[in-house]
Amino acid sequence: MARKKKTDWSKDVFKVLKKADVQQIAYVPDAGHTSLIKMAIADNVIKPVSLTSEQEGVAVLSGAWLGGEAGALLMQSSGVGNVINMLGMANECRFPLLMLVTMRGEWGEFNPWQVPMGQATEGVLEASGVIVHRVDEPSEIAETVEAAAKLAFEGGRMVAVLIGQRVVGFKDWTK
Amino acid sequence: MATKSNTKYTLQRRKVVHRILEGRGDAAVVTGIGNAVHDVASANDDPKNMYLAGIMGGAAMVAFGVALAQPKRRILVITGDGELLAGIGSLATIGVEQPKNLSIIVIDNQAYGATGNQHTHTGRGVDLVGIAAASGFKKTALITTNAELQAELPRIHNKPGPYLAVVKVMSKSSARIDAPKDGTYVSRRFRAAVTGESA
Repeated sequence: MARKKKTDWSKDVFKVLKKADVQQIAYVPDAGHTSLIKMAIADNVIKPVSLTSEQEGVAVLSGAWLGGEAGALLMQSSGVGNVINMLGMANECRFPLLMLVTMRGEWGEFNPWQVPMGQATEGVLEASGVIVHRVDEPSEIAETVEAAAKLAFEGGRMVAVLIGQRVVGFKDWTK
Repeated sequence: MATKSNTKYTLQRRKVVHRILEGRGDAAVVTGIGNAVHDVASANDDPKNMYLAGIMGGAAMVAFGVALAQPKRRILVITGDGELLAGIGSLATIGVEQPKNLSIIVIDNQAYGATGNQHTHTGRGVDLVGIAAASGFKKTALITTNAELQAELPRIHNKPGPYLAVVKVMSKSSARIDAPKDGTYVSRRFRAAVTGESA
């Protein structure tokens, strides 16, 4: 099966984050977030924060809100397992939290080690009180992030956008 | 590894925290879990205190997020050794990011005080000052006496950071002084106080 042609959804998502006045972007890299991370680093307002572990991201964005700024956390689905306990803080304090999660362990996954966490991602987020918006259509990613940002920052909730592996594409490091 | 006793340390944690907070000015304070909450609350329940009363390993990064958003304000972390160890990667991240307005004070009793004083790694050879220095903190200090504490106060409050001090204290805790427990309340009070906006 031919790989889906990658559409450049990252630019539109970045525009949405800028419009939502996101000023801190914390991330643990994923191939699917490559463009967004580059744009965050190049932007002269956004403060990009690279993390050793995703749990730091929930903490730093909690601090961002406490200090009067909005932020977003970029990570891969495997990183969702690292944030669960820290989400308890965001939940208890009702911190707005916007997470953009690129999925592994599902559509066409070649690495069996990715499958357990990928399959558990949506369930553990919901069990932790996070509202989950899943998107598998590239043309719908930006509007989904826009809705999620509104729900997070204005609705005062923890919201995760799961970007399906079908969108991100098969991972093939041999090319 | 042999366990090193902390019976040689004479500083009392509550007195240390009060001494530091006397000079806080308009600094915001983020606490770790457990005794750090009681130590800070017993000094003064300032609206610019964020008590993280129920999370391990998050205090340094929460404070860093505040420090990024409030670059003109000093942000102090008052936390324990166990709490910081649970988020030890934070020191690497903060070392990379170099926030000038962040000071981390580790009240190190070498034990998990809230769960029965079991050993933490700091009493068994792990050197948090060394880790912070190796991670790129601008200035670090090991404090074991009142004179050393006094000498470090300008760096804690005013000099460019990131700064980390480990204060070795007796394992004995002081009386519980409860801070407001409701996270939504404490966090909104804090945000309003540091931003000047109603939350």
